[in-house]
Amino acid sequence: MKFTLNWLKDHLETECSLSEICDGLVRLGHEVEEVVDPAQSLSDFRIVEIKEAQPHPEADRLQLCVVDDNGSILQIVCGAPNARAGLKTVLAPIGTYVPAIDIIIKKGLIRGQESNGMLCAFSELGLDGDSDGIIELPDDAPLGTSYIEYADLNDPVIEIAITPNRGDCLGVRGIARDLSAASIGRMKPLDTSECKGEFDSPIHWALSPDTVEIVPRVTGRYFQDVANKSSPEWMARRLISIGQRPISALVDITNYIMMDLGRPLHAFDADKISGDTLFIRRANAGEKILALNEKEYECTPDMLVIGDRDGADDIAGIMGGERTGITDDTQNLFLEIAIFDPISVAATGRTLNINSDARYRFERGLDGESPDLLSGYIARFVQSICGGKISREVSVGAGVTWQRCVYFNPELTQQLTGIELAHPQQRQILNELGFIIEPGEDKTWNVTPPAWRNDIDGQADLVEEIIRVAGYDKLPMVPLPRLSVIAQPAYSQEQLRPIHLRRMLAAAGLNEAVTFSFMAQSDAALFGGGDDALTLVNPISSELDCMRPSILPNLLNALSRNMNRGIKNVRLFEIGPVFHGTDEASQTLSCAGVLNGDYQIGDWQDKARCVDVFDAKKIMEKICETLGVSSQSIQLNTPGPAWFHPGQSANMMLGKTAIGSFGMIHPEILAAFDIKVPVAAFDCNINAIPLPRHKNVARPLLKLSTFQPVERDFAFVLDEEVSAAKLLRAVRAAAKDKISDIGIFDVYEGAEIGDGKKSIAVKIQLTPDEATFTEAELQQISADIIASVEKQCAGKLRG
Amino acid sequence: MVDIDTLREKFLKDITLAGDLDQLNAVRIDALGKKGAISFELAKLGQMDADARKQAGQIINAVKQELTSALAERQELLAKQALDKKLESEKSDVSLPTRPSIQAKMHPLSRTMEEISAIFADMGFVIAEGPEIETDENNFTALNIPPEHPARQEHDTFYLKADASGSRPVLRTHTSPVQIRTMRSTKPPIRIIVPGRTYRSDHDATHSPMFHQCEGLVIGPDIHMGHLKATLIDFCRSFFGMDELPVRFRPSYFPFTEPSAEVDIGCSREGGGLKIGAGESWLEILGSGMVNPRVLENCGYDSTTTQGFAFGMGVERLAMLKYGIPDLRTFYESDLRWLHHYGFMPHDVAGLHTGIV
Repeated sequence: MKFTLNWLKDHLETECSLSEICDGLVRLGHEVEEVVDPAQSLSDFRIVEIKEAQPHPEADRLQLCVVDDNGSILQIVCGAPNARAGLKTVLAPIGTYVPAIDIIIKKGLIRGQESNGMLCAFSELGLDGDSDGIIELPDDAPLGTSYIEYADLNDPVIEIAITPNRGDCLGVRGIARDLSAASIGRMKPLDTSECKGEFDSPIHWALSPDTVEIVPRVTGRYFQDVANKSSPEWMARRLISIGQRPISALVDITNYIMMDLGRPLHAFDADKISGDTLFIRRANAGEKILALNEKEYECTPDMLVIGDRDGADDIAGIMGGERTGITDDTQNLFLEIAIFDPISVAATGRTLNINSDARYRFERGLDGESPDLLSGYIARFVQSICGGKISREVSVGAGVTWQRCVYFNPELTQQLTGIELAHPQQRQILNELGFIIEPGEDKTWNVTPPAWRNDIDGQADLVEEIIRVAGYDKLPMVPLPRLSVIAQPAYSQEQLRPIHLRRMLAAAGLNEAVTFSFMAQSDAALFGGGDDALTLVNPISSELDCMRPSILPNLLNALSRNMNRGIKNVRLFEIGPVFHGTDEASQTLSCAGVLNGDYQIGDWQDKARCVDVFDAKKIMEKICETLGVSSQSIQLNTPGPAWFHPGQSANMMLGKTAIGSFGMIHPEILAAFDIKVPVAAFDCNINAIPLPRHKNVARPLLKLSTFQPVERDFAFVLDEEVSAAKLLRAVRAAAKDKISDIGIFDVYEGAEIGDGKKSIAVKIQLTPDEATFTEAELQQISADIIASVEKQCAGKLRG
Repeated sequence: MVDIDTLREKFLKDITLAGDLDQLNAVRIDALGKKGAISFELAKLGQMDADARKQAGQIINAVKQELTSALAERQELLAKQALDKKLESEKSDVSLPTRPSIQAKMHPLSRTMEEISAIFADMGFVIAEGPEIETDENNFTALNIPPEHPARQEHDTFYLKADASGSRPVLRTHTSPVQIRTMRSTKPPIRIIVPGRTYRSDHDATHSPMFHQCEGLVIGPDIHMGHLKATLIDFCRSFFGMDELPVRFRPSYFPFTEPSAEVDIGCSREGGGLKIGAGESWLEILGSGMVNPRVLENCGYDSTTTQGFAFGMGVERLAMLKYGIPDLRTFYESDLRWLHHYGFMPHDVAGLHTGIV
C-alpha cells in the first residue's frame, strides 16, 4: 500500500515528522517497506536556461549548449534534439547523483569538448512524462530554483505492508485512523452527509434471488452530462506517485477513491448499458466477459456477474467489462458501490486467476456500511471534478449485518501478554479505534467492533488491538520456568541417529548435500518411484514434479554437475526424506550416498585405487555399526535393486527386513544421468533399523584373557558360487567361543585349482579363556573347522 | 709356546684395526673362540702343575678379560658407526608432500539446525517432527486458515493429486502443522521446536521451492507474551553470539496466533555490506505470537484455561545472515567447492558448552 505524506495529511491533522509517522506505523503493525523522499533524492536538480546551442564540431547528434545556471555560464554537451536557445530546462550539476541511471555526474570531455553537468529528461529524474528529449519548462520558470520544489513534487512516498487481516487499512483514511488512535495526530472529519440527487436514475438494479446471500448491499447512481477530461493535476500527481498511470478523470476517480478510502467502485458508461436494468446474477455456464484488461474470461455458474439484457459485463468485485466500460467520450456515468461476499469474490478471482486491486480489497472485507455511508461523499467528489447532474440513489440488498458483540474481560490483557494496563486506558484505546463498549457481567465488557473491522473475532483480537496501540515495547521479559531440575536431552534416541550418521559420514570423507525432495518423474521412475499419486499437480518445472523415491537420482545429478566443473573425485551423501506414498508411514528417512573416481588417491608413493563395490559396502557397514547393528547380524541378498550392477550389488537384510542396498550403479542408469565413469552408491532406510534396546548406563564387567592368542591359516577350495560369507559362517560355527577374530587374506581363481573353483584363504585368531591351548586342542579345532567347511560349503582344504 | 704378551698385543691391535662388526667378530673368534689362541692357551693350563697353572692362569685370564672388554668397547663403537651409516643412507626428503587425505564437510544447514536445537534445548525444548506430505486440515484449516482465506493464497502451496476420498494432500508450506499434531496427541505442558523441510511453489533469487523452517510451540499454565519475548530475545542473542543485540517486537498478523508479533534484529547497512548488531536498520527474522484460541479449540484444548505461544523462523535465512552466505539457491546445488567453503568439520559440534558461534 503506497501513499504520500500530503495525502495522509488530508485525513490526519498532525505535527509529527515523517520519521515519527513511519515509526508509528511500524509500532502499529504496518511494516514500512520503503520511503522515497524526492526532496532528498532530487533536491540538487535545478532550473537553468539554454542561452546558445551550436552543433558539436566532432559529432552530428550532439550540441554544445551555453547554459545560464542562475548567473554562472556553463558549457554542456547535450544529445537531446530539443535542446535549443531560450529553452528553460533542468540541470544535474557536477556531483549530483542521478538515481534513475545510478551515476554521479562528473565534469567530462565529450568528443573533445568540455561538459559541466547534464541537462535532464523526465526519465532521468525517475518521473513520468515525455522523455524523448530534455524537460521543457515554461518561460516563467525561475532560474536557480530546485525543480522538485517548483513542480511541487517534494511529497514523500511511503510504502507499507498491510497484513491480510487489515482490509480497513487498504485506504489512506484507514491508516490515518490507526495513527490517530496511537496519538500520532487527529482524524479530520469526512463529509458523509446524504446527497439527495436531482432526478431518478434511469438505470435500476435487479438482484437475482439466488444471489441474495452473497450480495448484501449494492448502491448506484446515475451521473448525467459529465465531462471525462484529464484528471486535475493534484490527483494525477498523487496517482503517479503511487505508481498508477492517470487515464481519464472518471477512471482516475474510481482508482483514487479506492486508494483514498479503501472503497472499490465500478463505473459503467451508462449509454452502453442496453436497457434500463443491471442484473446482478450468477453467470451462465460458459458465459464470456471481455474484461478491462483486454483478456476474455469464461465464467462458471458459481460466479457472480453484473450485466444488462445483452449479457454479463462485470465480474463482480474483480474487474469490469470492456463493452460497458468508461471511455474518453463517456457522457453519462452509472457508478456502483457494492458489498459482495468476500469468499465468493476470492473463489472467483482464484479460478479466473485475476489479481486486481478491487479483488484484493473485496476479499479482505470492506466496511459494511460504506455503500450507503460514502454514497453522498463520492457523488459530490465526482461532480466536483467532472460536473454533471447527480441522480437519486438506487440500491438493493438487505444491508450488511456487521454488528456483533465480543465478550471481553480486560483482565485477559495481562493474562495473555504480561502487560499491566489500567482498565480505563484499555477502554480508551478501543474507543479511539471505533469500538463501542457496553458494561457486561461482573466487570466484563461487551464490545462491538466498528463496521470496518471484519477481522475482530474474539477476546484475543481485542488484546492485540490494546497492546498494539499501547506498544509492544511494554511487553515484560520473563524467562520460561525450568521444567525439570536436570537438563533433558532435546533429541530422542531416534532423532540422534541422523546426527550421528552425518558426523560419521563426513569424517569418513563424504560431503553432506541437501537436495530437493522432488525430482523429475522420469528420474523417479528409474528408482522404483514416479507414481501418479506422488506427482505434483502444480510443479514449478517438469524437472521437479515428483516426490523422490530415493535420494540417489538427485545425488547422481549433483555428481554429474560437479564432474562437469572438473572435480574428479566426488563423494556426496544426504540424509533426508523419501516418499513411497502420501500417508505418514510412507515417508521414511534415508541415508544415501554416491562416490566416483579414486577412493585412494594416487601420488608419488602409492597407486590410485578406483572406488569399487566394497567401498560402498564398507560405508553401509559403518552406518549399521553407528546405528548399533553389528555387521555379523546382517545378511546379503544378491543382486541389489535394478538400478545397481547385477553382479556388484546387494540388499542388506536384518532378518527379513531390507535395511538398505549398495553396489555399483548400473551402466544404463549412469547413461541416463550422462555419467561416463563407474559410480558406487549406498542407500540405507534408517527407519527399517530398530532402535537398540535401552541398555544400562553402566557397562558389563570386562573379562580379559590373560593367555596368548594363537593364529591359524586355512585355504579352502570351493565352488565358485559359494559365497565368502557362507564360508566364514561355516568356519565360525565350528569354534564359536574360541575364535576372537577372523579374516580373509587371499582369494584366488586360476588354472591351478581348476575351472569353476576358487580358493579362499582364511586367518583366524583363537583366544583361550582358561588355559593356553594344547597342541591336541588346536588340532581338534582345526579338524572341526575343516569338517564344518566341508559339510556346509563342500569345501576342501587346499593341499 | 707363544708369548702371551705377544698374543695380547696382536689381538689388541687387531681389535683396534677391525673396521666393521664382521672383522671384529673374526678377531673375537681368533682370540676367544673355541679354537681361538687364548682359549688354546687356557686349555693348556690343565697340563701344568698346580703352581705354574695358578700363575699362568692368572696371566691368561687377565689377558682374556682385557680382550673381552676391548672387544665390547670396539663393538659398541662399531655398532654406533654402523647405525649412523644406515641412518645416513635412509635419509628422506621430508619436504615431499604427504599422502593425499580426503576432508569432507557437513552442510551449513545441518550445523545451523543443531545450533538452534542447542539453544532451545537449554530452555527445556525437545525436538518434534511430522510428515512433509500433509493434509489440508493440518496445514491450513486447523491453523485457522479456512479455504478462501487471503493468507492461504500467499502460501503458494504445492498440491498432490486428490486421493480416492477426494482430499488433496499438500506439501507442508510451513512446519506449523506439527503444532496441530503435537497438541492433538499430547497434553500440556508442551515445549517443542520443529526443524524441518517446507515447500512453496516459488523459485527466484530469494525463494526456493524447498526450504527449512524451525517452528516452536510452548503451551503451559500462565505462559504469556512476556515469556515469548524473553525466549526469542535470548535465542537471537545466543544464536548471533551478541549479548547486546537489539531485538524489536512489532505487531503483525498470522492466522494461527493472536496477538501476533514479528521480531526484528538490529543491523547496519553502512558501506553496502550487512552487519548484524546495533545499527540504523532492522532485519526481520522471526514470526511469533500467542496461539490463537481457535487453534487451541481445534486441537481439543479449552482456550479459556489453556494458552501458550508459537514462533517460526527460516533456517536458511539465519544461516545466510550468520555465515555470510549470499545466495539462497546455492544451498541445494551440492557444489563441492561451495560445500567445502561454507561447510563444517564433523568434529565441530554445536553445543552451549562447545560454543555455537
